[in-house]
This record gives sequence, C-alpha cells and structure tokens, in this order.
Amino acid sequence: MTPAPTSESVLFGKLTFAALPFHEPILIATFAAVAIGGVGVLGAMTYYRVWGVLWRDWLTSIDHKKIGIMYVVLGLIMLLRGFADAVMMRIQQAIAHGGAEGYLPPHHYDQIFTAHGVIMIFFVAMPLVTGLMNYVVPLQIGARDVAFPFLNNFSFWMTAGGAILVMASLFIGEFAATGWLAYPPLSGIHASPGVGVDYYIWALQIAGVGTLLSGVNLVATIVKMRAPGMTMMRMPVFTWTALCTNVLIVAAFPVLTAVLALLSLDRYVGTAFFTNDFGGSAMMYVNLIWIWGHPEVYILILPAFGIFSEVVSTYCGKRLFGYASMVYATVVITILSYLVWLHHFFTMGSGASVNSFFGITTMIISIPTGAKIFNWLFTMYRGRIRFDVPMLWTISFMVTFVIGGMTGVLLAVPPADFVLHNSLFLIAHFHNVIIGGVLFGLFAGITYWFPKAFGFKLDPFWGKVSFWCWTIGFYIAFMPLYVLGLMGVTRRMSKFEDPSLQIWFVIAALGAALIAAGIAAFLWQLFVSFQKRESLLDVTGDPWDGRTLEWSTSSPPPAYNFAFTPVVHDLDAWHDMKKRGYVRPTEGFIPIHMPKNTWAGIVLAGISVVCGFALVWHIWWLVAASFALLLATVILHTFNYARDFHIPASEVIETERARTRLLASAKA
Amino acid sequence: MGPPVRAFKLLALLPLSLLLAGCEMVVMNPSGDIAVRQRDLILVSTALMLLIIIPVIALTLLFAWRYRASNKEAKYDPDWHHSTSLEVVIWAAPLVIIIALGAITWVSTHLLDPYRPLERLDANRAIPENVKPLEVQAVALDWKWLFFYPEYGVATVNELAAPVDRPITFKLTSSTVMNSFYVPALAGMIYAMPGMETKLHAVINKAGDYEGFSANYSGAGFSNMRFRFHGLDDAGFDAWIAKAKEANATLDRAGYTELEQPSIADPVKRWSAVEDGLYDAVLNRCVDRAKMCVKDMMAADKRGGGGREGVNNVIAFEQTRPDGTTAKKRFVSAVSCTTDAPRDGLTVEAPLPAPLGRRADASSTTAVAFARAEDTSERPSARSPE
Amino acid sequence: MTATTFEAAHKDAALEKPDDGRVFFLKTEHHPENGTLLGFWIYLMSDCLIFAVLFACYGVLGRNYAAGPSGKDLFDLGLVALNTTFLLFSSITYGFAMLEMAKNRVGTTLFWLGVTGVFGAAFLGVELYEFHHLIHEGATPQRSAFLSSFFALVGTHGLHVTFGMIWLVTLMFQVAQRGLIPENRRRLLCLSMFWHFLDVVWIGVFTFVYLMGTL
Repeated sequence: MTPAPTSESVLFGKLTFAALPFHEPILIATFAAVAIGGVGVLGAMTYYRVWGVLWRDWLTSIDHKKIGIMYVVLGLIMLLRGFADAVMMRIQQAIAHGGAEGYLPPHHYDQIFTAHGVIMIFFVAMPLVTGLMNYVVPLQIGARDVAFPFLNNFSFWMTAGGAILVMASLFIGEFAATGWLAYPPLSGIHASPGVGVDYYIWALQIAGVGTLLSGVNLVATIVKMRAPGMTMMRMPVFTWTALCTNVLIVAAFPVLTAVLALLSLDRYVGTAFFTNDFGGSAMMYVNLIWIWGHPEVYILILPAFGIFSEVVSTYCGKRLFGYASMVYATVVITILSYLVWLHHFFTMGSGASVNSFFGITTMIISIPTGAKIFNWLFTMYRGRIRFDVPMLWTISFMVTFVIGGMTGVLLAVPPADFVLHNSLFLIAHFHNVIIGGVLFGLFAGITYWFPKAFGFKLDPFWGKVSFWCWTIGFYIAFMPLYVLGLMGVTRRMSKFEDPSLQIWFVIAALGAALIAAGIAAFLWQLFVSFQKRESLLDVTGDPWDGRTLEWSTSSPPPAYNFAFTPVVHDLDAWHDMKKRGYVRPTEGFIPIHMPKNTWAGIVLAGISVVCGFALVWHIWWLVAASFALLLATVILHTFNYARDFHIPASEVIETERARTRLLASAKA
Repeated sequence: MGPPVRAFKLLALLPLSLLLAGCEMVVMNPSGDIAVRQRDLILVSTALMLLIIIPVIALTLLFAWRYRASNKEAKYDPDWHHSTSLEVVIWAAPLVIIIALGAITWVSTHLLDPYRPLERLDANRAIPENVKPLEVQAVALDWKWLFFYPEYGVATVNELAAPVDRPITFKLTSSTVMNSFYVPALAGMIYAMPGMETKLHAVINKAGDYEGFSANYSGAGFSNMRFRFHGLDDAGFDAWIAKAKEANATLDRAGYTELEQPSIADPVKRWSAVEDGLYDAVLNRCVDRAKMCVKDMMAADKRGGGGREGVNNVIAFEQTRPDGTTAKKRFVSAVSCTTDAPRDGLTVEAPLPAPLGRRADASSTTAVAFARAEDTSERPSARSPE
Repeated sequence: MTATTFEAAHKDAALEKPDDGRVFFLKTEHHPENGTLLGFWIYLMSDCLIFAVLFACYGVLGRNYAAGPSGKDLFDLGLVALNTTFLLFSSITYGFAMLEMAKNRVGTTLFWLGVTGVFGAAFLGVELYEFHHLIHEGATPQRSAFLSSFFALVGTHGLHVTFGMIWLVTLMFQVAQRGLIPENRRRLLCLSMFWHFLDVVWIGVFTFVYLMGTL
C-alpha cells in the first residue's frame, strides 16, 4: 500500500502551481533578485560571447585545477545562501521573545535551520575542502592530473547538481523541516508528508555520488601517481591529510547513501525500517547516520589541519616540527573517528558502560589532536614568523580551536552531555570547531594558494579586514550561545518565553553582522585584488618562499603542471631543490600525454538532477525517462575510446619560453 | 568529592563567575542533586582541561609575538624539527589529562546513569528508609507533555509537580516522534521515544517553580512544548494533587485519543482519574484496541512470528498528521484476520470484538494469546543496536 | 605496463646535476602506474559498505516479523540453492572467459562471457520469481521490518547483478567491435572483480539470510 493517497497528476505528479511560493513575500523577493541577477549574468555572458569559452575551457574541462576552482566557486556561492539562512535565524531569535512571534512562522523557520545545516556541511564545507584538495594534491605530488580525470569532472557536476536541487527547493515547493540529519519518525512520510524531505534525500544522494567518486579518485591519485622519490613519509602533510580524508569519504559516504536509501524506501514504498510500527527502529537510523556523520566531521577538519601545517611551516620559514608524529596523529584520528559515533546520542538511554566507552574513545581523539596543536606551536618556536593573512588565520585557529576542543571533550563526558545535549552550548561548540577550524583553515588555504591558481596575490589589506571581522565576529556571535546553553536554552527554537534571554541573542546577532562584514570584505578583496592584479602579480610562481612542489611550477601552472616530472629527495621537496641550487630546465621538452575534455560529466549530472526532481515530485514518467536516458548516456560514453591526446612539444616549448621571459623580467 | 576536587571547582568558578555575574545560569546553579552533580562534573572537567588549554593559548600568543619576523633578537633555527623528549611530552601531557578525565567519566557515567535509582538526597543526606520514590509516567505528545501519577491516579498536561526531597522515578515514552524530557534545574535530559521506554531518576532539593521542555526538535509546535515543574513541600504537593482530584474527569482511551491530536501551546489540563493501564497502552502503541500492542508483537516475534496467515494481520486508519491533514496509516491488527475478512477501515470508536481470543487487551495482562509479553521497558529499545 | 621506474629514469635520462649530483626531474615522460584497478577496488570496498549497512539492518530488524511471517515460513531453500548454483557457475564461467582473454582469443572469450550472462539472467529470473511469489502471498516489503530488510538486502544485490548484466552485454559488444585491446582488457578485469564480489556478497546473503533464517 502506498502511503498518503494525495491527488497526483500523471503528467506533473505532485507538482502544481500551489508549490510556487506566491504567498511568501521573502521568497518572492529573493526569487525576483535571483531571476533578475541571473538574467543579467546570462545576458552579459551572451553579449561578451563567453559561452563557447566557458563550455570548452571550464564546464567540460577535466583539468584538476579548473575543477578545483569550480568547486571553490560553488562553495563560496553556497556560503552566501547558507549564511543568509544563518542571518535570518539570528534575526528571528533576536526578536521573538516574551510573546513576540518574530517574522518567521515555525514552518518557515524550521526549513531555514535545516537548510542552513545541510548547505553549510554538504555544499559549502565539502566543495571548498574537495576543491582545495583537487587543486593542490596533484601539484604537491608532482602529477599531471588526478588518476581519473573524467570521473573528477563528473564528481564535481554531481556535487553541483545536488546544490541545484537544494536551491530549487527554495522556489519550488519546500525544503525539509526536520533538522539537518532528518531523524525519523519526524522525517517519515506520516510526520513529513511534503516534498521537503524528498528534496533533502535526493540532493544528498546526487551530491553523495560525486563526493564518493571524488574520494576514490583522490585516494588512487595519491597512492599511484606520486612523483618518483616521494615515499609515503615524504608526502607533504596536506597530501597526507587529503589521503586520510578521502579514505574516510570512501569508508563513510556509502553508509549515508544506504541509510538515505532506506529512508526513501520508507517514504516512497512504505517499508518499515525506521517506522514506529511493523517492527521498525528509528534508533537504527540515528546510529547509521552518525556512523557516517562523525567521520564526516573529520573529513572536514583533517584537510584544514593539513592546510595549517603547510601554512605554519611556510610562514615560519622553518621545517614542520614532528612530521612523523603529525602523520601518525592524522592516521590515528582517521581510525578513531569511527569509534565515537554514539556520543551524539548519549541521551537516548544507552547503558552507562556503552556511554562511557564512547565518551572515552571521544576523549582519546583529543590526544593526537593535542599533539598536532603542539607540533604547530613548536614549528613557530625559533621560526621567523611572517604575519601574512594565512598565518593570521592559523594563529586565530590555534587559539579558537582549542576552546572548541575543550567544550567538545566536555560534551563527551556523558553526564555533562545530559545537561548540555541539544543546547545552544552544543551549537556554540560545533561552530567553534567548524568555523574556528574548518572555515579558518579554508580561508587560510584559499589565501595561500590563490596566487598559485590565478597568478596574483590577494590584497592583504582587505584580507586582514576580513580576518578580523570573522575572528571577532565569531566570538561575539558564539560566546553568547555558550552562555545561553548554560542557561538551559535548547536549539532549534523559533521563539522564547523568557525575556532575559534576549540580550544574549541580540549580541549574537551583532556578531553575525560582523561576520557578514567579514564575508563582504572577502568578496571585496577578490574584486580589489583583480583590479590591482598588476601590482600583486606573482611572476616567480613562489610568492611565499614555499617548501612543497606546487611552488616549483609557474603561477598559474600550465595545463600539464610540470614540463618534466620532478624527482623528490626530501620532505620539503621544493625547499630542498632551492637550497641545492636547482636550475630550471629550459630545453629538451617532449610532447606530454594528457586526457581530453568531455561533455559526459555535465550531461550525466544534468540528467541526474532531472531524475531527482522527478522523484521529489512523483513525476513517474519523467523518472523512468531520465533514468533510461542516464543509462543510455553512460553506455554511449563507454564507446568513446579516444580519451587522451599529446600536447605537442612545440606548445610546451612556447609555454616554457614565455615563463623564462617572465622570470627574466622579474629579475631585471 | 575530595578537597583537590573542590579546589579545582573554585579555580574554575572564579573566572566563570566574574564573567557571568548577573546572569541566571540554571545549568550552573540547579536545584536538584543529580543536576548539581552534573554541574560539578562540568566544572571539574573544565578545570582539568584548562590545565592544558591555558598554556597552549598563552604559548601560541607568546611564540607568535616572540618569533615575529621583525624581531631579529630571537633565535632562528630553520632546520630544527625534531626533539624526542619534546615529542614525548606533547603526547604525554594530553594523555595524562585524558586518563584522569577518562577515569572520572567512567565513574560518573555509572553513578549518574539516569537508569540508576538514587542513593542519596544530596551530598549530606541519605534517602530515609521509609520513602518510596514518586513515580511519574511522562508521554511526549504533539506538542505537549502528559504526566501520569500512578500512585495518586491523576494526570496532567503541561504541568509537573513533585515534593521536595522525595526521589522521583520518571518513565518516559512518546506518541509519535522523538522528544527529549529536560528540566534543567532538576536533572539531565533523556529522550522520550515512541514504542520505547526510557527512565530517569532525580530529586528536587529546593522548592520553586522551574522550567521544563522538550530538548529535541519535534516539529512545528516544538518551541511551545514547554511545561512548569513545581518543586513543592509536602503540604503544597498534597494540595496540588487535591487540585487535580477536583477536576473530576477521567482520562480514558477515547479522551487520550482526542488529546493525542496535534496541538500547540495547550493550557494546563488536569484529570482526577485515569483509565487502568492507559500509560502501558500508550507505551505499547495500542490505545486503540484494534492495534496490536508492541509487547505482544515482540512476544509473538520471539516465538517465530505470526506465520503465513499473519500476512493479512494489518489494519489501516485515517490518522491526523502533524500538519493537521489526515492520511491512512497501517498498523498491525490486534487480532488475526483471514483474507476473507480484511479489517481495513475500522474506526477508533469501534474496537474489534475478539473472535479468536487472540486479542491483546492492554488492561489485563492475562489470558490473551500473545500475553507472554516481554518487558519492553528495560532499555529504550530491545532492538537498538548497542 | 610501461611504467618507468625511478631507477630506470636515473640511468637513461640526460639530467641536470646541481652541486651534489642530485637529480631533480625526469627528462623522459613519466608514466605512473595505471590506477584503474586500484580505484575500482576501492569503489568495490565502498559498495561493500553499503551491503554492510544492509546486513546490519537485517541483523537488527531481521527478527521483527511484526506478528507476520518469518523466514522459516517463507523461504524455499531448494529454489535458493538453485539460484546460488547459477550465480556460482557464472563466476566460474567468467573465470574461463578471463583465461581465454589471457590467451588473446576473442571468440572463446565472448562465448564464456555469453554463458556468464545466461547464468546471470537465470539467477535474476529465479530471484524475480521468488519476489513475485512472496508479494503474491502478501509477504510484501511493507508487511514487517524483517521483510523490508530482506527485500532491501536481496533486492540491492539483484540490482547490482542487473547492472552487471548491462555492463557485460555492453562489454561483449565492445570486445566484438574492437577486440581485446588494453582498454577492453582493463574493463573486463574490472567487471570480473565486480562479478566475483557479487558472488561473495551472495554467499553472505545465502548464509545469513536464507540458511540461518530457515535452519
């Protein structure tokens, strides 16, 4: 028996004009702005005839560098959406006190906090992290591209496809109002009969395929494609953390895929996995989703740790302290991250022994994490610290993150968690580690590698403005939440009875405003830097006196990355090369074997989005048609055997001569 | 807790109290012994961790300042990257803290296990011999709290009371989705989940009017899912019970079914009497007698299920969804049906007769075919993968 | 594989030699090892985790019959034994195809791939018959958590076999079209891993679901 017999048309499924939010002025205004802006951008692109370039050089590109940049762009765009949600929540909570209802009805507010969590994790943090790994890892290991360049393009477009589906939910229908992990029975078909949870499921499933394949890709890349001489213990720390992160992705995301598939079976077919009746178990869902969810936290933070390691040693002009223990700490964290998931629900009544086991395993993670902090600390010791923007982010991270780590260990003590679980203290804690850890790391990484990607540095003044706004804004926005948590205020509330709470929410909202200024300063920094790119130019390819291989090639690197594959003798390979008087080769160039661009990735992802949309709205004919088309396209794609080509030696010679001239002009 | 612990407490309290003077932090200043001990644990753990956090923050800022590039005085040693003794220290220091914290965690998690009956009223008083704990059965509904007082036979919505210094045993469940029962002044929270029962032991030591609420998001009416918890002296509690008795209304299965419908910001309601076994029926999801009780279902499953003929043992009712619309929802039927007589479309008001003698009557635990019911109440779920 | 090793590169490349004679780049094209088989293996392990979740669900929910039928009431071991035989034989015949591929014989490779396909189709046919029979009896995936987890686990495996079949047919076309070129050999190796992996998963299903559910 299918659940909830509602009127569904054959042609449009559940989709009617009522699904369009004509009654929501906020959404109509947003839609109008997006539509006008979108039409403007599309028109400008047509006017300047960039469509061909865009299609040939970007959308169909299998160059890991371009895909990396597209990931970062996607992450930044989605950051604006996720942050807009955050601002709406902060305003609602700042005004809805002592009988005031605020401006958001619960149904709208509940979608906003769900969307905020989903977007920030899946479509901001993940693309930014994956983008940096994509861009940097092949360069750091001296490779020409990733192991599976086509798959890389496909992964990106699937991630983007998931983001498109989430964005579509804003204007067509609704998003889930269940919280970002959509616990059943609340996310079941009875309690959530709308399309919101279905958008959630299919957006994550489509993006999840991308994430998983990108994980497979980067693991194979790091294992198989390192330059000669780069043993495992000579890999840069960022590459190490990328390896561990991608191992985590491969070992965690299938669990999410499976558990969401089961939830969708419950919703679409009426099975009884997580239902109250027929022997289902909602706690099964909670366990499974956190078996994915906890490693996910480390998927995000490990690459940030890698970025900080690179940044600290570069700007301190010093070899990283305790490389080996850094590597072991990363590996230990990777393994332990699978043994702690139950700490997310101590309060569901597991026995004391089970709770203490998971509490203690959680605390054990803080040992390697602590060791890492000390390693960065002692890298600074006896260094020559240059306070460029990435280093500022790093120092701010070290101070902020240990506070978040402390409150995290506190939450890992089960009886303490009993009074703090689901409170604003918890919210403050994980923003403390995700903003103070992941986001600061990403900003450090973006600023650090920006000149590599675009050939000019980011303007430091606006970078510092952004940094200070973010750092101070973070403290003002989230320290009040710690206090509110200790006042016994729980999360996901759209209004409050107690008027004495209001002042803290108002302070938090001011903090959010400061963070907004930080984001604006970052965007402005991009603009200003582009304007001033001549004076910020990086002609050497090594603007920060770097230590790893990505700084040995030009900025931006040529399509083939390295004219000759580097040979590695030392952990800090490029530093070693510079120290020993390496001379850049200027002759003897040979043709370079490279993969060809392909339309398949974007087309397959596009069809997947259509299929997902049809599934959300129960448009069954379209589900069948798009699925059949998907399958046919995949099969058709496998008949394409001409997937590579050679960059002729003449082209390599020309590119390298241009660089020789550039380097000479810099010296003169 | 020994003197060193108390010293830690003071150490941690000092900056905290300076920082937060003038703000009512109920978690830091609770009124029930369990919550007090949880508070103490927060302070001790925080103090322990500050032992390492404060030096790290100080050293970070110090090194950043001391080794700034413009300071040519400071020693620069670009190749110094290893020191075995230092490595030992940086791994050992967090390890020592975590060993201490782990030991505290193991002990406190067992002592403060919400399932563990109380051993004391507060730090200085044991539980008097003749005191029987007050039992409260709590049900999370969409979106209000229903409390049964089996000892007194009364029930209330959105208001809870307990006498000061008398242990309370909560048994909790939910009618539809997951909620979390939390009275910060009294004790830590515990989830209330449908078809399962959780427990919480606590005691309130100071008379007062406290806040309670659901601490797990449960849908549109969640923000209003709050209640008052009154800590009363014995006379006050008796008066409170008497007030409930004055209501002169009985909460029966039909009344419960009506109450169960989704509603937001319900005023306090009281019942002077409760139909026998109602809480048990709520817990086992068989207030409607046409539905099979969870415990009976589990007992049947333990014996190997209902056999091939059990496939048709399904009924469907119109049920109200949280958004107010209705939809058909299927349940396992309390009786065995044959294919010839499907039981679709039965209404709540017309409970089934029990032609096969296999009816699970929640009000009597004897003489029913599925009555070898296991006690489902030990842990929230016999089926949870622990 | 024409992987140039580090040592080989050392010998035959004309190299830049800085002060201490260290070599900092290869003057010949570097061919890293092809990562396809490793990548596919990693993918299979991630797929294995999906099955692990489904097995875990079956482990937790597999006795929740909701007062409905149990495996003992429903499973026909004879049918499942036949089914298992089909799948195991298909693995053997796939092995024969790989042996023929090693001998570079297109015709016999295609023949054994075809036999594998027939066995695979027979397996799917029996499985569909079983599902149809169960649903016809009323033992639908909706009836109990046990049946939900049973259908999800066995159905997911069946879905994998279905995609394996599509892949197999596609590859047979491609081998017929282009012969046993390196790309096709690599693809046949990947499908080989996939096919044997499904066999191993099925042994788990057969043991935990069917044997332990009925005996």
